[in-house]
Amino acid sequence: MDMKQHCVKLSVQPSRGLVDEKFTVLVQNLLPGFQLTIHALHQCEDGHSWEAFAHYTANATSIVNVSQDPSLGGTYSGVEPMGLLWSLRPVPGSKTGLRLRKMNVQTPMGVTISVYQGHQKEGFLDQVLLASVVVERWYMAPGVRRVPITEGRLTATLFLPSGPGPFPGLLDLWGWGGKLVEYRAALLASHGIASMALDYLTPKETGRMVDNDYFETAYRVLEQHPQILGSRIAMLGLSFGAGVTLRMAVYSKGLKLSCAVCINGSHVQPIDGPLEQIMTYFNKNVEKTRFDEDNQLICRDLMLPIPTDPSLKVDVGRLQCPLLLVVGEDDQNWPTYESAMDMREMMERAGNSHLLTVLSYKNAGHLIQPPFTPFTRASTFKSVTIPPFTMMALWGGELVAHSRTQEDAWRKTLVFLRENLYGDMKPGALFSNL
Amino acid sequence: MFHTGPPVVSVHPSRAMVDEAFKVQVENLPPGSPVTLHSLHQSEDKDYWEAFGHYVSDHRGTVSVADDLSCGGTYTGKEAMGLLWSMRPVPGSREGLRLRKLNVCIPQLVNISVYSGHVGVGFREQDPLASVLTERWYMAPGVRRIDIKEKGVRGTLFIPHGPGPFPGLLDMWGGGGGLLEYRAALLASHGYASMALEYFNPAEVNTAELELNYFETAFNIVRDHPQVMSDRVGLFGLSLGSIVSISLAAWSSVVKPRCCVCISGNHTHARGGTIGDVFNEFITNVHKVRMDENNYEIWRGMGLPIPDDISQKVDVGKINCPILLVNGDDDQNWPTVESAEDMAQMMRAAGNEHLLTRLEYPDAGHLIEPPYSPHFRATKFLKDGQKGYTASI
Repeated sequence: MDMKQHCVKLSVQPSRGLVDEKFTVLVQNLLPGFQLTIHALHQCEDGHSWEAFAHYTANATSIVNVSQDPSLGGTYSGVEPMGLLWSLRPVPGSKTGLRLRKMNVQTPMGVTISVYQGHQKEGFLDQVLLASVVVERWYMAPGVRRVPITEGRLTATLFLPSGPGPFPGLLDLWGWGGKLVEYRAALLASHGIASMALDYLTPKETGRMVDNDYFETAYRVLEQHPQILGSRIAMLGLSFGAGVTLRMAVYSKGLKLSCAVCINGSHVQPIDGPLEQIMTYFNKNVEKTRFDEDNQLICRDLMLPIPTDPSLKVDVGRLQCPLLLVVGEDDQNWPTYESAMDMREMMERAGNSHLLTVLSYKNAGHLIQPPFTPFTRASTFKSVTIPPFTMMALWGGELVAHSRTQEDAWRKTLVFLRENLYGDMKPGALFSNL
Repeated sequence: MFHTGPPVVSVHPSRAMVDEAFKVQVENLPPGSPVTLHSLHQSEDKDYWEAFGHYVSDHRGTVSVADDLSCGGTYTGKEAMGLLWSMRPVPGSREGLRLRKLNVCIPQLVNISVYSGHVGVGFREQDPLASVLTERWYMAPGVRRIDIKEKGVRGTLFIPHGPGPFPGLLDMWGGGGGLLEYRAALLASHGYASMALEYFNPAEVNTAELELNYFETAFNIVRDHPQVMSDRVGLFGLSLGSIVSISLAAWSSVVKPRCCVCISGNHTHARGGTIGDVFNEFITNVHKVRMDENNYEIWRGMGLPIPDDISQKVDVGKINCPILLVNGDDDQNWPTVESAEDMAQMMRAAGNEHLLTRLEYPDAGHLIEPPYSPHFRATKFLKDGQKGYTASI
């Protein structure tokens, strides 16, 4: 069906949003029955292009509303308001093993949303482009301040929310990949929590791994900050960072946490001795790792079976603050589900299971990130060991289930943090758009 | 120290276009506590503007500006956007200020704070319970700004993102002069390639030597742009800009606007002459100017009565495109409603009244601007290149 090109009107509201906010994509002035493809394109910081697309057919109202109408095919199908973001994947011809992560959080992620005539699958640059808009997705809300921290030999960045404060604080830990990853802390600050992204794995001048005192120093920086409420500090960790969080929450005398959030981690680790021992423990069991048929590394068996020896597990029965565990049941990298079940059992025996909340998600993988982050089932991973090695790590998960998990887990994580850090608060405005 | 944690004020969306509404909420207050919601903005001229509303939190300790009633302040009642449109210069500011954004490429920053109790003054001397920054944008992402200096025409063209081609607009402001880009930027953000036209320098309206052909050239620059649909270019004007639009629509054999939007305009001037001539003709009857109780000048008398002689008016019977007239009933600057009524009669007699749509708003004034802009009952109007008088609008 032919169509006057200039009549198509495309709008995305809001045109500037936080990365965890929903948008509405509307295409208007279409002829009934008109076939179109809505396409999203993002060029990330390392120059790679990511795209998503979906096929729609205009109904009698001559409008396509992505929040209400079903995609008939593409990188997602069905009614998916945010599918154009979470189903982004590297364009054909890209390197394998890519992962989309924003390192500079002070600028927005720019996504170009376009409408093409017909149901297209590829070669978009050569197709008839009917309309296009640019959308900005921000990790930092207006007024959020980014403060690099160097005291106490820390490698960290503090994000302070907009306003005079004081604010509750949070220590944000990532996993085995190391580096200073700021985007989650920036987003948490945009939700009113002064958050410090902490790099604890990149080897220091000593060449040795940090120990408990490093985290205690980070905690003290938060506690003593004039705009942070020293009595309301939380810790959040993903993957290996989750294990560190549990360790510090239970054993550190210097840390008094209001609550802890552990995403896809485990309590399994040697608890006597320094943090570095964990590396040794993993290396000892390295023959338990295996490769799947695509030569992707599965690490989850490294810590299985869950040991019964108490010196190999953080004694969560001694935990004194609320704990939220976020579990991807298809995590191929860590035995998250088994660890969570074991932790629950330990806490029930110890009588503190009222502190525990487990959010367990079928078909979700290891990398549970802020909502609408493109799903990655496997990607190139460079370890922080010396010498470092690169491999293709299998994270697990299935596209749709994992994307739903990210939305649900983030909302519930924010509710959990707000209740524990802001007192007896009912969820309100800050979640209305999630 | 807080027992339940500090209050939180939030604005949603935190980054928005200036014509988009927002929701302001405060949470975590003690139930039933009186608080003041306050907005603060520092303009490009470094003046401070503020607004505030008095509220009482509900049993959950929440205040929602979109749902609750303000019982005092610069606005009262249920006003979701009151913290923006009721802004006025802070006490002690210079007189006759008007808030207009000149650099449209960066957002307008507004600080929204919540104070304990019902406060009316001295906001700078107190600590708020919480505050948050919000951005208000005139330009959507991807809109391009292009300086235009060709064929003697000066302006700024804003083109939406995308392949185009787009419908076009020529955007003209009023007797203050200079180049105001914000409305054209906003229109481009809604999909129209819009050119803000400069047609005389600030304060030089009475000596402006441009005639209708300047506007025809400007219109054609928009029409001939490769990303503009040449058969879909309209006119958008305020005040003097509306007068130009009506004149072009009726008299020009060169330009064929697809439609016209005329805010606070009129048709009561004779054909021919420069812009300066038109302006000077308006103010011939300077003896009809009245002063109000604040010594502000009311000009509307100068435009009355509307002449019966058709040679003293734009022949609106000759307009052959849809035309939208937007006026305020309380316009003290010019008798725009009376003029609109006369235009309707002329068009009825000529048989083209079906093209006319009139929007008239009770208690609205002359400067009808994009939504949520602060309202100015009177501002300084410069004439003769020097500080003039304060016009009541």
